[in-house]
Amino acid sequence: MDRRVFVKSGALALVTMGLSPSFLRRMAYGMDLKNVPKGKTLVCLFQRGAADGLNVVVPHGEQAYYNMRPTIAVARPGQPSGAIDLDGFFGLHPSLAPLKPLWDQKLLAPIHAVGSPSTSRSHFDAQDFMETGTPDMKGTSDGWLNRMLAVQGTCQECQAVPFRAVAMTAQTPRILEGPSETVAMSSLGEFSVRATGSDVEQLEALYRTGSADLVHGTGQEMFDAVKLLRSANPQQYAPRNNAVYPKSQFGQRLMQIAQLIKSNVGLEVAFADVGGWDTHVNQGNGTGQLANRLDDFATTLAAFTQDLGDQMNDVLVLTMSEFGRTARENGNRGTDHGHATAFFVLGGGVKGGKVYGKWPGLAPEQLNEGRDLRLTTDFRTVFSEVAVKHLGATRVEKIFPGYTGGPQEWLGLV
Amino acid sequence: MNNTELLSAPRWLRCLAAALLLGAVASCVPPARSQSAVPSSAELALREQTADQQVLQVLNRLAFGPRPGDVQRVRTIGVDAWIEQQLNPERLNDDAMDQMLARYPLLQQDQTGLASQFAEAQRQSRLVKRDTAAGQAGVADISALKDARKSRAQVVSEIESARVARAVGSNRQLQEVMTDFWENHFNVFVGKSQTEAFYLADYDRTIRDHALGKFRDLLGAVAHSPAMLEYLDNAQSRANPGEPTLGAAGRRGMVVARGGGRAPGVEAIIIRRNLNPQQAQQLNQRAAAAKKTGLNENYGRELMELHTLGVDGGYTQQDVIEAARALTGWTVRPPAQGGGYIFRPEWHDAGEKTFLGHKLAAGRGEQDGEDVLDIVARSPSTAHFISQELARRLVSDSPSTALVDRAAQTYMKTDGDIRAVVKTIVTSPEFFSTRAYHSKVKSPFEVVVSAARALGAEPDSTPRTALAIAFLGEPIFGHRDPNGWPETGDAWMNTGAILNRINFGLSVAANRLPGANMRQLPGIDTLQHASRETQVDAVVATILQGAASPQTRKILMSGEHPLAASAAQQVAQTAAPADGNETITDATMAAPQRVKGAAKQQGLPGLGRALARNPVIGPAPQLKGLAQMVGFALGSPEFQRR
Repeated sequence: MDRRVFVKSGALALVTMGLSPSFLRRMAYGMDLKNVPKGKTLVCLFQRGAADGLNVVVPHGEQAYYNMRPTIAVARPGQPSGAIDLDGFFGLHPSLAPLKPLWDQKLLAPIHAVGSPSTSRSHFDAQDFMETGTPDMKGTSDGWLNRMLAVQGTCQECQAVPFRAVAMTAQTPRILEGPSETVAMSSLGEFSVRATGSDVEQLEALYRTGSADLVHGTGQEMFDAVKLLRSANPQQYAPRNNAVYPKSQFGQRLMQIAQLIKSNVGLEVAFADVGGWDTHVNQGNGTGQLANRLDDFATTLAAFTQDLGDQMNDVLVLTMSEFGRTARENGNRGTDHGHATAFFVLGGGVKGGKVYGKWPGLAPEQLNEGRDLRLTTDFRTVFSEVAVKHLGATRVEKIFPGYTGGPQEWLGLV
Repeated sequence: MNNTELLSAPRWLRCLAAALLLGAVASCVPPARSQSAVPSSAELALREQTADQQVLQVLNRLAFGPRPGDVQRVRTIGVDAWIEQQLNPERLNDDAMDQMLARYPLLQQDQTGLASQFAEAQRQSRLVKRDTAAGQAGVADISALKDARKSRAQVVSEIESARVARAVGSNRQLQEVMTDFWENHFNVFVGKSQTEAFYLADYDRTIRDHALGKFRDLLGAVAHSPAMLEYLDNAQSRANPGEPTLGAAGRRGMVVARGGGRAPGVEAIIIRRNLNPQQAQQLNQRAAAAKKTGLNENYGRELMELHTLGVDGGYTQQDVIEAARALTGWTVRPPAQGGGYIFRPEWHDAGEKTFLGHKLAAGRGEQDGEDVLDIVARSPSTAHFISQELARRLVSDSPSTALVDRAAQTYMKTDGDIRAVVKTIVTSPEFFSTRAYHSKVKSPFEVVVSAARALGAEPDSTPRTALAIAFLGEPIFGHRDPNGWPETGDAWMNTGAILNRINFGLSVAANRLPGANMRQLPGIDTLQHASRETQVDAVVATILQGAASPQTRKILMSGEHPLAASAAQQVAQTAAPADGNETITDATMAAPQRVKGAAKQQGLPGLGRALARNPVIGPAPQLKGLAQMVGFALGSPEFQRR
């Protein structure tokens, strides 16, 4: 309630006086925010369906990889549709070519053999565990991103920013469920009152009655947010630096996240997801089904980075997937549900140009349950390092209850 | 079941309790008829709400808001007699609703038959994929799978649509409110598995049938339902390796096997199917993985935490394990074999158990689970937890301890008679207090259904009204986690939610909600020739139940003053083209290709696609006159509460 009252009395109320959003943001953030680095944004991308880490960041130095995947292995660097070598042992899938310049500029860091310690092979459970940040605990009611915002220091002011946490999804995803205010929308255009003429003002007046109860307060906050977004003018958006986003849903949603970042509306956490990674059948190798998904994925991330330019210094992109896939290909030239996989971090603050994570090997005795890439990095190790170092989060024990790992395990990604 | 018998003893006891509480002896005179609805004068004196408020209170809490004429009807019958009617839904005629529900084609069909068709189509599809992968020409027909998938999506949309239609149109309103309450209390998720959708029609029926019955009967029906067995994984739960089980032939008490034995016939399958070494290895791996399966605690835990005792209800992790052991073997037949509940003795942990201090002797099989349900259903913790949840739904977000305690006493005295517990709550002074009046924020389901009812809408046999509810954030059977949607307003009220509610109201005013037409508003014939003030009065009376803040009334009064006669008509004309060319099946079935994958992996069949088309919330409508007033009223703060 306090938070909502703040909105009414605080800087955002000035929007109605026609001030620019950047001024607003300075007003909102210029207050005494001791514990929060100013203007950082974390973009979390969920690859739903379990992405095959072994074909995304290819261990081309492992003979066992080629033995186990007679038809779907990505060829060694230098061969047709071969991997793009990174460090003599790992290589990027050829469809990730747009990301190679980002690796060269040390903006991009893959993390291998990372994922959830849960042994669940259910998409349903494993996504849930990764989004709540509590593996094997089904009773967690909120997502870790939301908890992070909720426990973050004493930042009353930034909690009043209506676009502090945005999911570019039709419904609020699990990862953002919880006590902090979040907005879910499938497009920026959707976040508007669908009324014509003076009807919008009339509706707004219904809520501006001086009453501060739950319904009135939330309503006033919403009208502030709509105005803020309208003044940022998302309809008139042209990506900078000749960036071209794919026409795919994923590409368009990342473009809108870039819009929000550039509109200076106080975006601290953004989320989007992309499906199509559940490659049980005819997965393909350097070309084919997975290659097509990766093409969209890489082109989007490259366009996003190019579009934001210098602003990438304040942005960190974190990708995740609920688990990896079996090390061996199955009878359908695909892969089944496995264990560890590969994530990426991307951004100006990332210590890129290096593949992070301890490599467990792919020899039969090195596999998890004799079938999957073994886990050497708990996803919470990566998430907590990013949360603390990039966003200045505190109280990791509240964000990841039950997690016993600490800074000593961090990989040094940021 | 003899209701009279069940109710008479507790009524007498309640009567005594009420007398002690209220210090009034008069209330202990036995009622003339066993179903008498007349409260004592002392009870009536404690009601703070005015007579009109009481009428609205029961219509807002024991029904999904008033339909045109309902207020007058309840006034005529009397609030307490109306409550008594609603507490006995079997006596209320609902033929019109039944006739309407007969219009759902797939719901009329045998759901297990549909599930079985679906399973077969999936099996065919796997064969096709394998043939294609192996470079052979596909033999089987992939269109069978497409048809099966389509029918699955349609089953889901029919179930959801029927649920909403009942809430809008049924005369048995309290039964629908309770069905909504219990389906949320015993939450299941449509996207849990491929077959879950086919169990939902049965689940919905089961819950409705027991919604005002004995809690133990409801709990038992849920525990045996394929929907819950599948959703909370009890269908997969079996004795841990090494534990004694019962024989496959079902000879009770005879310990003939050990759990986790070698999966039979792997070698035989390898030889019969002539599998290559790689395929053989895969099969062996799968058999090895199957061997490792054992106890699944999911249902055992939620049974106590969410369904009965409550999280602080006084059980331990060991009780969770013991409950799960007792319930091993309670599972579901494969769809191809009928899909219903089955007890598998060879999966049942036959060892002795100690559950919440009760010894369950070894080798009793299915009875273990029944005893566990008996024990939790009789627990005072359950009485308290269920009473609290009911009071929260029916009275206020934070019901008083006194009220919850009285309801829990009723529960204990009546052996968990839901009807009696509900009656204690909804005839209480707290229920009729000024504090409780208009204090609950409507859930998305309640917003949409109460709007349809206020406007006198016909129940919608299309999926649209259900989609509007999903659009407002709470798709029916769409809650992933077992805790269900939150019961309190602060949990669902946020900027996005209120924006969507306002947009929903505008779209209703633009005639985008099937069944609710601005040209057929209650009393439209006289209204369209009336003064604006009269129109505002009518809109405030119909939609805001007569209570609008001065600000809201001012806004409804403002705006243009066109010749009222043509106002409603103009709206109808401007709104119509937006929808005119769309058929409803297209809106839900024809999916934009790009969102398909994401929706599928998030486990909501059809919803992602349907929402992407957003059939209810369209472009900004031009609203005038009455329709504009309706749009504003539905989007007003007043309408968000009940």
